[in-house]
Amino acid sequence: MSAITSDMLLQSLANAITLGSLYALVAIGYTMVYGILRLINFAHGEIFMMSMYFAFYFVTAAMLPWYLAFLFAIACTGILGIIIERAAYRPLREAPRISLLISSIGVSYLLQNLAVVLFSGIQKQFPPVAMFQDVITIANVRIQKLSIYVPLITAVLVIVLLYLVNKTKIGMAMRASSKDFETSRLMGINVNRVIAVTFCIGSVLAAVGAIMWGLKYPKIEPYVGTLPGLKCFIAAVIGGIGNIKGAVIGALLLGFIEIFIVLFFPALSGYKDAFAFVALIVILLVRPSGLVGEKIANKV
Amino acid sequence: MSKESKSPYLPATTQKHKGLSRTLSIVVLAAFAVFLYMANSGKILGSYELRIIRLCGVYAIAALSMNLVNGFTGQFSLGQAGFMAIGAYVTSLFIIPTAQKTAMYYVEPIAPWVESLQAPFIVALIIGGLVAALAAFLIGFPVLRLRGDYLAIATLGFSEIIRIFITNMIPITNGSLGLKNIPDTANVWWTTIAVAIVVIFMLRLMKTSYGRSFKAIRDDDVAAEAMGISLFRHKMLSFVIGGFLAGISGGLLASVVGAITPIYFRFTLAYEILLIVVLGGQGSITGSVVGACILTVAREWLRFMDNGFSIGPLTVPPIAGMRMLVFSILLMIIILFYRRGLFGSNEFSWAGLLRVIKSIPQGIKRLFTRKAKAEGGGS
Repeated sequence: MSAITSDMLLQSLANAITLGSLYALVAIGYTMVYGILRLINFAHGEIFMMSMYFAFYFVTAAMLPWYLAFLFAIACTGILGIIIERAAYRPLREAPRISLLISSIGVSYLLQNLAVVLFSGIQKQFPPVAMFQDVITIANVRIQKLSIYVPLITAVLVIVLLYLVNKTKIGMAMRASSKDFETSRLMGINVNRVIAVTFCIGSVLAAVGAIMWGLKYPKIEPYVGTLPGLKCFIAAVIGGIGNIKGAVIGALLLGFIEIFIVLFFPALSGYKDAFAFVALIVILLVRPSGLVGEKIANKV
Repeated sequence: MSKESKSPYLPATTQKHKGLSRTLSIVVLAAFAVFLYMANSGKILGSYELRIIRLCGVYAIAALSMNLVNGFTGQFSLGQAGFMAIGAYVTSLFIIPTAQKTAMYYVEPIAPWVESLQAPFIVALIIGGLVAALAAFLIGFPVLRLRGDYLAIATLGFSEIIRIFITNMIPITNGSLGLKNIPDTANVWWTTIAVAIVVIFMLRLMKTSYGRSFKAIRDDDVAAEAMGISLFRHKMLSFVIGGFLAGISGGLLASVVGAITPIYFRFTLAYEILLIVVLGGQGSITGSVVGACILTVAREWLRFMDNGFSIGPLTVPPIAGMRMLVFSILLMIIILFYRRGLFGSNEFSWAGLLRVIKSIPQGIKRLFTRKAKAEGGGS
């Protein structure tokens, strides 16, 4: 607890917002899928991991400039999301929910092993982009430019997404499907298409998050997505699963918890990854519907 | 199966079958024991094959532990990897000779009380199981109030917390370097007899009122509660027994593999055990044992794929990890198309085997007629 200066506080604040924004992008994917299918998509963390590899190879192997490479990587990840839904979740639409969960664990396992075969298990370095990684100094606080861009990009994407969900026709179909799957189908909504679009959007956001994650923590290996994936799911639960704004709030909160507990109690830094799980247990026991979620009786 | 055959109302033929199947079982078990004896004395199998058989046993117990909680009690828990880690570390700390322990901890010196721990393997194994059961008991209080996928994520979370603690408690666990030189005590006999004891225990348990209550909770927890079954107590009992069994399997695992690190017990291990349970059939004891054997053997058998192979004109170059990819694709096929697994929720019986064998010709015939019908429809 010795001497935490205001500079350190500001520094941590910047870090927390950056981390929280990254979590938010991935958490949205979880919350949207859960909203419609009532499925924890365990493979979401692996989608995150794959998009880092896509970006890596578009830059290093295809020699594309970084903006094109990232764009292609994001597109590929969107397509990957649709393929996964089509191949692993659609055949189980009438099956019990737990089968769907098992299938998503199977997909996660498959993608990890696929990554080992395609990209090898050797750790790779995410290609640096100077524009994001330059360090600037504002009032004694040294931060990467990334710390400014990440929250901005996240904010823009969330606003676009909220517009999409609340104001467009496909968004209306999504909301209807998440309220009542069967009835929406009876009302003539093409539920399969809605679900495909949901997976696509979730994967695209995860890809944006993954690329920025890679710029901040430039180390890729086939298991890199699992832990961030689970943490982002927890963020979605903290906020109230099924609720996009909730996911963003939960993710920011989780970012703050992780950064500030380590700041105030440096001895706990080794246990950093456990905080999220403790937060999950606490929120499930105290307020199972999440911070902004509606009460749903059958959740717990 | 045998529950029904005890009934006096069944026709005499079933009673006769019972005698026959008992004889068959004894013959097969005796043959297996002879095989194990020969194998263990190094006459037919090398140490590599023996290691596979031992691993089959370890995974069978782990799968049974998960099946008890997931398949029989219907509580989707993914915490087994954490309990196995506890069992593995506790057992190892009791059986590694003191001198080797002292030499191993060079990042931070070993805690004196850990250094002095010593016990025979069987005692160490049981202590490992008990500590894991205690952990399950403590975790169960908050977690078992949750249901379905929330329970899954919370137990997975706790198993990760256990792993993080093991990584950070360096004076006790040697941190991320893990433990080495674990004595190779758990030979084929140890693992096989352990599996046998666990299987018999599970079969007996399922016939007690506790076992029936577990199943009642799985099938309909509201109805079960209305019938006066205490949901929490039974869920907790199942969870604690599951934790104990996972701890035992972890202890055996440590002795079989000889060296453990925290990385060994991450999510992937829980996924693998879950896939064994799914392959064998959720709620089937024999299913879990058979599933564990199939998966363990298949994973080794597929090893040739890592060295490159050719199918007709197609040549696949050697790629590390190829076998795990093929393996996970096979698992996905099972998950998607054979959701009930090999046994569903049934147990193995000779009559059942006979039925399966008898139905094979018919199945093949049906396969062809369906194909013909499909072709007819297409043209």
